[in-house]
Amino acid sequence: MAFLPSLASVVPSAVPGALPAETTSVGSPALNISIFVGFVLVTLVVIIKVASGKKSAGEFYTASGGFSGRQNGVAIAGDYLSAASFLGIAGAIALQGYDGFLYSIGFLVAWLVALLLVAELMRNTGRLTMADVLSYRLKQRPVRIATAVSVLAVSFFYLLAQMAGAGGLVSLLLGVSGDAAQNIVIAVVGIVMITYVLIGGMRGTTWVQIIKAVLLIAATAIMTVWVLGKYGFNLSGLFQGAIDKNPAVGEKLLEPGVKYGVNMTTKIDFISLSLALVLGTAGLPHVLQRFYTVPTSKQARKSVEWAIWLIGGFYLLTLVVGYGAGALVGAEEINAAPGKANSAAPLLAFELGGSTFLGIISGIAFATILAVVAGLTITASATFAHDIYKEVIKKGESTSDQEVKVARIAALVIGAVAILGGMFAKSQNIAFLVALAFAVAASANLPTILYSLFWKRFNTRGALWSIYGGLISTIGLIIFSPVVSGKAPLVEGGPSPSMITNPDIDFSWFPLDNPGLVTIPLAFFLGWLGTVTSSEYNAQKYAEMEVRSLTGHGVAKALDH
Amino acid sequence: MSNDARTRGDEDPYVAMQATDEFQELRRKFRGFVFPMTAFFLVWYFVYVLLSIFAPGFMGTKVFGNITIGLLFGLGQFVTTFAITFIYARWANRELDPLADKLGSRLDGVKEH
Repeated sequence: MAFLPSLASVVPSAVPGALPAETTSVGSPALNISIFVGFVLVTLVVIIKVASGKKSAGEFYTASGGFSGRQNGVAIAGDYLSAASFLGIAGAIALQGYDGFLYSIGFLVAWLVALLLVAELMRNTGRLTMADVLSYRLKQRPVRIATAVSVLAVSFFYLLAQMAGAGGLVSLLLGVSGDAAQNIVIAVVGIVMITYVLIGGMRGTTWVQIIKAVLLIAATAIMTVWVLGKYGFNLSGLFQGAIDKNPAVGEKLLEPGVKYGVNMTTKIDFISLSLALVLGTAGLPHVLQRFYTVPTSKQARKSVEWAIWLIGGFYLLTLVVGYGAGALVGAEEINAAPGKANSAAPLLAFELGGSTFLGIISGIAFATILAVVAGLTITASATFAHDIYKEVIKKGESTSDQEVKVARIAALVIGAVAILGGMFAKSQNIAFLVALAFAVAASANLPTILYSLFWKRFNTRGALWSIYGGLISTIGLIIFSPVVSGKAPLVEGGPSPSMITNPDIDFSWFPLDNPGLVTIPLAFFLGWLGTVTSSEYNAQKYAEMEVRSLTGHGVAKALDH
Repeated sequence: MSNDARTRGDEDPYVAMQATDEFQELRRKFRGFVFPMTAFFLVWYFVYVLLSIFAPGFMGTKVFGNITIGLLFGLGQFVTTFAITFIYARWANRELDPLADKLGSRLDGVKEH
């Protein structure tokens, strides 16, 4: 089982075990490891420098809103451009051409939802967690519990995908293989991440994300110029190179359909995925948490502006890097490498600049995973400590010190769960987890966020029906979809590409891999239905929320807490 | 908590603010910009996705060299995303912030909660 290449194209996949001889000779593991260790040491020094002794809850979860819009925008890019973006999209473009590009566009356009509808109003009405906004004018306890459940679910799926990806990346980049070695690396990643979070809180984590974003974008820009230079800065020539090197796909690399156009199910599946991507981003809890790290809505706007420029710029570079890998490395070699599609960018780095450049790219890929998991952990622990412990268990009667203590313990537990989950999931095909996180965010979180910010009549029953309905329907449909069981084997008698690799086990009845097309409209409908069947309405609280959301009144004061 | 009979001076300050023409103007301006803009980019994005899914041949038509219509449309998504970001930020800085600051500062004496 351990030798099965996973079909993950989005998340770096785990392929423990036998590495073909020619790939183990690519690059120098010692160099890769030392660059990674160097990154960890430098960022630790930065974290210790910026960490300021005792932390209030606001400091621990949001750095007391002390970042500028520009800093936060770079950090958002660092948080968002996960290994999936860097390795996954470049690899998808290298192998499937246009469809990989198509996929990246959804990730970018999604930011307009955050810019226009969510970021500023969230910043103005919330303080510490997403539930602050959702429970503002509704019944505190039930809405906080529901929101916390949904936030923890999204964070868990996302975290698991990243941690399992770390294991896969190891065999690819460090040349270590075998179960024990991979488990050790997952544990090391987890422990470093917990250290970042405990010492640095949100302030330290944000700086890690800023450093990582700068390194990642700079390295990708260098690769882009390098590739284009080889083709005389002629994009058309680069495409020709990719076509020539991949005769099996040929000209089809330049048009959509190689991956998503196979049949009607894959086509509808992609529409479903697009919907979840474009509406999910603005409902991802670790993204929303970042809007609290700036002092005002104007800075929140500026954060998203910067994030859009950087993320958009990055995906444009990825287009060149992806086709560059297709042209200079070739699909055959990429497919033969451990990690398959995910190895496209590292192999291109080796092709361009040898072991040293590969080492730099590998180190950055690790840094990427670290920064993303640290951001997720902060958000999940803030949700647990603030929404569950303080507001629900202690009914608001706990000090900031107690709350931070609980948040730290929560971070330790979440870190431990992530490490164990990553070890367990590393040989599983868990590519669907990132898509699942987006689908849950778009179904369970976004409808309630939009309704509470924009719909006067919205009330508690609507929120609960929408959150639980969105969450349960999304997870339920995934369980009964082909990603969990029942996909036909790629080769006769081979394993199924589903999570359950035994092709004889098949309990799927929902045809799509991505449930968003059903669950997102359903959650919006349930939010409406719950609201109109309940008479609850608090005019005074609605006025307070609306006035504050648009004028920013009370934000500065809230920061003193 | 029926406060219908109360005089304006006794009202909750937020309710009072919400009822002012100026606040309604701020709300109308904001929604009047972001709702149509959201509708526009969502429609344009899904037109692009649907064309890619159902008309791959058209999207694969070469315009010059190996540059296809699909690539130009895809790059068009980047252009519109950047343009909307730029236009919204400029507009909000100019039109929204002064009004929001003015109304917000009027509530400065109000205690929270």
